[in-house]
Amino acid sequence: MSEKKIHISPIKNGTAIDHLPVGTSLKILEAINVNDATCTAAMNVESKKMGRKDILFIEGKELNETEMDKIRILGKNGTMNIIKDSKISKKESIDYPNEAKGILTCANEKCITNKEGLITKFSLKKNPLSAKCFYCEKSMDKKEIMNSIKKG
Amino acid sequence: MSLKANEKNSIESGTFSLTDVVSIADISRKEIEIVLNKAKNLEEMDKKEKSKILENRVVASLFFEPSTRTRLSFETAIQNLGGRVIGFADPGVSSFKKGETLSDTIKMIERYADIIVMRHFIEGAARRAAEISQVPIINGGDGANQHPTQTLLDLYTIKKEFGKIDGITIGLLGDLKYGRTVHSLAYALAKFNDAKIYCISPEQLKMPKEIIEDIKGKVKVIETDDLNKVLPELDVLYATRIQKERFADEKDYNKVKNAFILDAGILKKTKKQFRIMHPLPRVNEIKTELDLTPAALYFEQAANGVPVREALLAMLLGKKKVI
Repeated sequence: MSEKKIHISPIKNGTAIDHLPVGTSLKILEAINVNDATCTAAMNVESKKMGRKDILFIEGKELNETEMDKIRILGKNGTMNIIKDSKISKKESIDYPNEAKGILTCANEKCITNKEGLITKFSLKKNPLSAKCFYCEKSMDKKEIMNSIKKG
Repeated sequence: MSLKANEKNSIESGTFSLTDVVSIADISRKEIEIVLNKAKNLEEMDKKEKSKILENRVVASLFFEPSTRTRLSFETAIQNLGGRVIGFADPGVSSFKKGETLSDTIKMIERYADIIVMRHFIEGAARRAAEISQVPIINGGDGANQHPTQTLLDLYTIKKEFGKIDGITIGLLGDLKYGRTVHSLAYALAKFNDAKIYCISPEQLKMPKEIIEDIKGKVKVIETDDLNKVLPELDVLYATRIQKERFADEKDYNKVKNAFILDAGILKKTKKQFRIMHPLPRVNEIKTELDLTPAALYFEQAANGVPVREALLAMLLGKKKVI
């Protein structure tokens, strides 16, 4: 299927995320709290830029900063468009955030965040991606980070 | 070697801004130097004068995990400074056993004490305590994570023995994979100029790659398993115990437990001023025949914990607002 032949109804209010790595759209839906929002995902779609990609529309929900940060971790190099009244009100090229608060679970079982249910705080480094826990100072690599994103 | 006049002035006029001592990563080179100088001053201070520093002050000593040197040297430091100690050396006697969270314990004890010294087996416990406490927290070890006062006393020992830390060549020996003291010392040495670190260990116990990556460029790091080859170059050999409890399989422990045993024979290959350090306790990695040689610095190193901890207690008091 070519990019032009995809039929997804445009959204009036919500978030449209394009150029997502294949397989990411479902991970994002798992990670954010969709509640009553209408979600449409196009997966493994042909793309001139990427070869294959995912696209995700979330209608009728305003994402909070925590959810946006989850998308910033999962959907690097994608494009996030915030739509208001059928117009793009904000466009963002997705890149890793510098910090992640309350988004990741520390992979270190002995970390106090896992023992006392604290809100986690990590500082992120790019190239290669790693996240260092504010409390136990252990670093997680990209694979560990992707596996530790909290569900919505 | 004494400090140059301008360096001395800069240290004396420098500000120590830390409100807690949680991790060596938080402490700048300048702050390290201020602590080491304060420790030296305290060693030379009249005992009577010293005993007024913590007069009418209460120090909580909370040891959720067993400790000999750290706890006793802290408590000695408190006594030397004239302070009073409350706390426990066995979590079995605290509310921890009843299921109280660390956060609640700290919120309560900060109302009893002017400063809290703590050791906990949970990693990140000291950072959490510092985050919520109105009084200063000193980390006496949090699991396998940080033990900053050990690193400061290690640096003090090197400074006292060699007159400087810049340019030191040190071999870190033994369990470099799990040993928190060698990790913190490596990070601390990276704050100084021209230090050279030989990481000497069996393949299974090598220094974690992320630490090598972090300090590379700030300090010269060479990994090897050949102690004899590097011995002639070393100023200090920092030996560590290979910790049996870290191995899931005893067979793996048995393969490496005797990898490096230091005896008097090594002194034939070393510099005259060569010294051996060890955070203690030792098992069999340093033979007792070395204890009476000039190279043995480990008992003096343990003793140096007192002035360094005195300095930290004295400097941190008043850094946070007591309720």
